[in-house]
Amino acid sequence: MTSQKVQLKQQAVFDLLFRSVTRICAFAVLSLLAAIIASLVVGSLPAIHAFGFGFLASSDWDPVNDRFGALIPIVGTLVTSGIALLIAIPVSFGIAVFLTELSPRVLRRPLGIAIELLAGIPSIIYGMWGLFVFAPLFADYIEPWFNRHIGTLPYIGPFFSGPPMGIGLLTAGIILSIMVIPFIASVMRDVFDVVPPMLKESAYAVGATTWEVMWGVVLPYTKVGVAGGIMLGLGRALGETMAVTFVIGNAHELSKSLLKAGNSISSALANEFTEAVGELYTSSLIELGLILFFITFVVLSIARIMLYELGLREGQVA
Amino acid sequence: MNNKLKQLVIGIAAVAALAFAGASQASDITGAGATFPYPIYAKWADAYKTKTGIGLNYQSIGSGGGIKQIEANTVDFGASDMPLKPEDLEANGLMQFPTVVGGVVPVINVNGIDSGALKLDGATLADIYLGKITKWNDPAIVALNKDLKLPADDITVVHRSDGSGTSFIFTHYLSQVSPEWKSSVGEGTAVSWKAGTGGKGNEGVASYVQRIKGSIGYVEYAYALQNKMNHVQMKNHDGSFVQPESSAFQAAAAGAEWSKAPGLYLLLTDSPGAKSWPIAGATFILMHTVQDKPETAKEVLKFFDWAYANGDSMASELDYVPLPDSLVNLIHSAWEQKIKDKSGKAVWK
Repeated sequence: MTSQKVQLKQQAVFDLLFRSVTRICAFAVLSLLAAIIASLVVGSLPAIHAFGFGFLASSDWDPVNDRFGALIPIVGTLVTSGIALLIAIPVSFGIAVFLTELSPRVLRRPLGIAIELLAGIPSIIYGMWGLFVFAPLFADYIEPWFNRHIGTLPYIGPFFSGPPMGIGLLTAGIILSIMVIPFIASVMRDVFDVVPPMLKESAYAVGATTWEVMWGVVLPYTKVGVAGGIMLGLGRALGETMAVTFVIGNAHELSKSLLKAGNSISSALANEFTEAVGELYTSSLIELGLILFFITFVVLSIARIMLYELGLREGQVA
Repeated sequence: MNNKLKQLVIGIAAVAALAFAGASQASDITGAGATFPYPIYAKWADAYKTKTGIGLNYQSIGSGGGIKQIEANTVDFGASDMPLKPEDLEANGLMQFPTVVGGVVPVINVNGIDSGALKLDGATLADIYLGKITKWNDPAIVALNKDLKLPADDITVVHRSDGSGTSFIFTHYLSQVSPEWKSSVGEGTAVSWKAGTGGKGNEGVASYVQRIKGSIGYVEYAYALQNKMNHVQMKNHDGSFVQPESSAFQAAAAGAEWSKAPGLYLLLTDSPGAKSWPIAGATFILMHTVQDKPETAKEVLKFFDWAYANGDSMASELDYVPLPDSLVNLIHSAWEQKIKDKSGKAVWK
């Protein structure tokens, strides 16, 4: 065989090897996902048999008498993530607009790096900061203000009145929003940066203001990326454990007030899993994990469907 | 032909061979469980390793985790603040013995009340935790503290959010002194608390109590002492008020009838004795009664034997209460009688 043929044969072998290895890696990820789902389902079977669908609506949590219900952790998870996104989306949008349109060029890099550094801080540091710095400030200055001024208003009053402890659903939501802002802001800034300058300049040329350009031209162009960034932030908020555990108050009670303590799925799991004695207790905790997995999946699917509908309306999808 | 490929394969094989040819280590003993005694176990293990070269690998994952691991036989011994009942010991083929005594101290944060000044008894404490007593100047608390000026502040109850042996000792005591607590809440490492906020670990409870004015919580004795927390006096079984100090815990341990307790299942709450602290408890070690590896079991027993003989001063330094000698003798005979290898021969002689 000539040396060229030998080389070709060698390369064919390496190609095959490379293709197989990458294929194995890809399938490994898929099978890992399937294995996780399978083990969650198998682990929660005793609880599913014992409680059925009532588990989702029950607010019991009694390890002594083996009666469990997921309502309080689910509500806590959704409420804290909802508050986090409610605060984080406008703030991140503002940061991204500032960094791409309004700030002097000199400031752009340092500000961008600072935002990304925020993303790199470990979540337990956020929890400790929340418990030792933010919660006392919240309890001493902000919560009494809430109680006096907003707590007395007719409809939203009951949501904002409670003992000024500094910890609770609202505090957890605010800390989560601080953790989530860097993710959403940096994705938004990246997608805003890749909008073709021609598009923006055409809009400016016909007399649009900066706000009209951002809201009417840039945001629709980048909506897929923006939605992706928001989903990234939501995913982090839903699963965040240590920061939430420190400041959410860990009380298994359902109350209207955001200033009162609550519980979230991940902090219930972090607190109780290692000490859970008994099959039904452990299985209920695993079922909580399965529910969280399901919530994340549902939220991501809703986001994808929304984007698809938007795309249909704009005629980009046949 | 595939020179490069051959070299790659030989290289990988060589690395794999090296990885598997790891030198065998000296047999370390492994344990897992309660977080409460972790500091003293770590100190004993350190001293024991310097003396004999055998190390102890202890994972403080919580009493529930310790029980699960020893039942699954993944560790040489399990550690639990909650002793197992004789039926559970039988069912899983385990035996248990205590190592040190500690206990639970209620801590408070009330305007104008100094540390050790407030007096409480079991029934009042239970009512506070049931949410029936909501203000510090409630008649029940005032009746016990006629010489103190109690403010009209709300009581914020703090309990443990994670499962813990501390909670077990505390809820067991409340079940003993309050029939209403026993029927509506019960006892356990995690219960359905009627009121209050949950802190994670002793640290969580302590930090909530220190920051929230008018709060009450409960922490391990060693923790309260080392962090100089504002504690209360409790009324014990005999009716006298005691401060939580080392002599009070020793009195609680001494007053207990260990020889009459089957499987050494004995809880030291509400112990008789004029000086006893009412919320005390021992922490236990769990081992299998039939040992697959009698040599490892013997090493574990030798470690604890050394700790009973030489570890008392180390325990006292860390604010744990060492066991009385009579109890240590009982434990030795329990080892001889209960821990056997597969052929029925006792592991400890």
